[in-house]
Amino acid sequence: MSPAPAVAIEGVSKVFNEGTTGQVEALGEIDLVVQPGEFISLIGPSGCGKSTLLRLIGNLLDPSKGQVTVAGKPANQARLDREYGMVFQQATLYEWRSVTRNVQLPLEIMGRDKSEREQRADTMLELVRLTEFKHHFPWQLSGGMQQRVAIARALSFEPSILLMDEPFGALDEMTRERMQAEVLDIWSKTGTTVVFVTHSIPEAVFLSTRVVVMSPRPGKIADVIEIDLPQPRSEDTREADRFYEKLTEVREALRGVETP
Amino acid sequence: MAAPARPSLGVITKRYVPAALIFVAGIALWELFVVVFGIKGFLLPRPSRIATTFVAEFTVVVPAGWFTMREAMGGFVMGSVFGVLIALTTARWTVVKDGLMPFAIAVNATPIIALAPIMNNWFGITNPMAKMSIVAVIVFFPVMINMVRGLTEVESRQIELMQSYASTPRELLLKVRVPNALPYLFSALKVGTTLSVIAAIVSEYFGGSRDALGIYISQQASLFHFAEAWAAILVASFSGIVFYLLVSLVERAVMPWHSSIRNVAGT
Repeated sequence: MSPAPAVAIEGVSKVFNEGTTGQVEALGEIDLVVQPGEFISLIGPSGCGKSTLLRLIGNLLDPSKGQVTVAGKPANQARLDREYGMVFQQATLYEWRSVTRNVQLPLEIMGRDKSEREQRADTMLELVRLTEFKHHFPWQLSGGMQQRVAIARALSFEPSILLMDEPFGALDEMTRERMQAEVLDIWSKTGTTVVFVTHSIPEAVFLSTRVVVMSPRPGKIADVIEIDLPQPRSEDTREADRFYEKLTEVREALRGVETP
Repeated sequence: MAAPARPSLGVITKRYVPAALIFVAGIALWELFVVVFGIKGFLLPRPSRIATTFVAEFTVVVPAGWFTMREAMGGFVMGSVFGVLIALTTARWTVVKDGLMPFAIAVNATPIIALAPIMNNWFGITNPMAKMSIVAVIVFFPVMINMVRGLTEVESRQIELMQSYASTPRELLLKVRVPNALPYLFSALKVGTTLSVIAAIVSEYFGGSRDALGIYISQQASLFHFAEAWAAILVASFSGIVFYLLVSLVERAVMPWHSSIRNVAGT
């Protein structure tokens, strides 16, 4: 028997402010299955509901209709079982906590003892190459470094699925490409399933095993594009002809969904 | 610890010299102004006259200042402890917040000092509790309102993160809401130090123990002893400043990570 899919979304729709004049149909009839170890990107114009879909997977929102199953259980149970690591566009570090204590926060909540927390935080900070900054406070770090702390924190408790909402959207292009390579490296080392929301076509193509193209009002899945570029990906990947073909394919799919 | 480097002596001089110069120049100008224009001593005494009076009256004004500061600090502690406790209950039960906040904001906007004669009547005119209760009420409202704000105005993503860790409401309160509220709390406490000294002295103007600074000021003023009154005001403002600095020190110790503190440290 094959293992349960990492994420199974069946007939999910989301309406905000239902039954009021401010009613917005954010998502309509979404079906999507993500296999364990996949790297999925959600891409689409503003208002296509990609962040909403991510929050539905992470059980930060409840669907109006349909079902979200994660690692074989309802999304709510998955959240209570700490299956999710979340990373947002803003690093959202707790400014009163040092770098290492930010990384330890989820472990604190899970009731792990101090020595284990510290050890785990050290391992994670090594993974994101921030060991010498462990006692710094968030304000002493650059935007890219803060985001690496956020990633270390999200992975500290070994969640089975990493949800990232435009994590590099606020970074400059150079930092962004470096962070992409770093995330791929972490992904290959940890085997975590990743669902990644982005505005950037090259980012989606470079990172993903599949790109989900979404259309707005209400948010729907317009196309799913398999990215069969060889693994592991490197800076050379960005210059391969196949990479450009895939860029074009995603771009054309997006052009098809643009609203008049 | 990666604490910011201590500023060098040169930097410290650069920062404080302008203020010191302005202070000295201000005192000199005051002195000169009174002498040159022949201002009557009961209207505005010379600073040098105030200084000699302060020395002469030292054994009276300093104990009086301490008496009044104990009222101010006692009321401050009562008001802020109560303010924080009520704010914490509003975080736990939103009903309390919805029911209480409109009144809190309304009462905060009324001149509570006007209750001083009534408190004198309740507690007895020489009972320090009469003054402390005024101070406590005046400090309570800004502390409570700011604390509630700090507990509620948490970035939504910080809450979502805690949800993704499946945290309990108690953990969310202790690990996110309370630390988030600290800067709000301390800005209210710092305002509270000044308010409490004002409230203690002004409520003494309505009558009270002869050991109190406010009584001393109003009596000396009624006798046209303005140099004495000014010497007492000097004590009051000095105590107010020390009180403020004490709370600022606690603030630095409690939240060294906060921007209001690192800016001071960094410039």
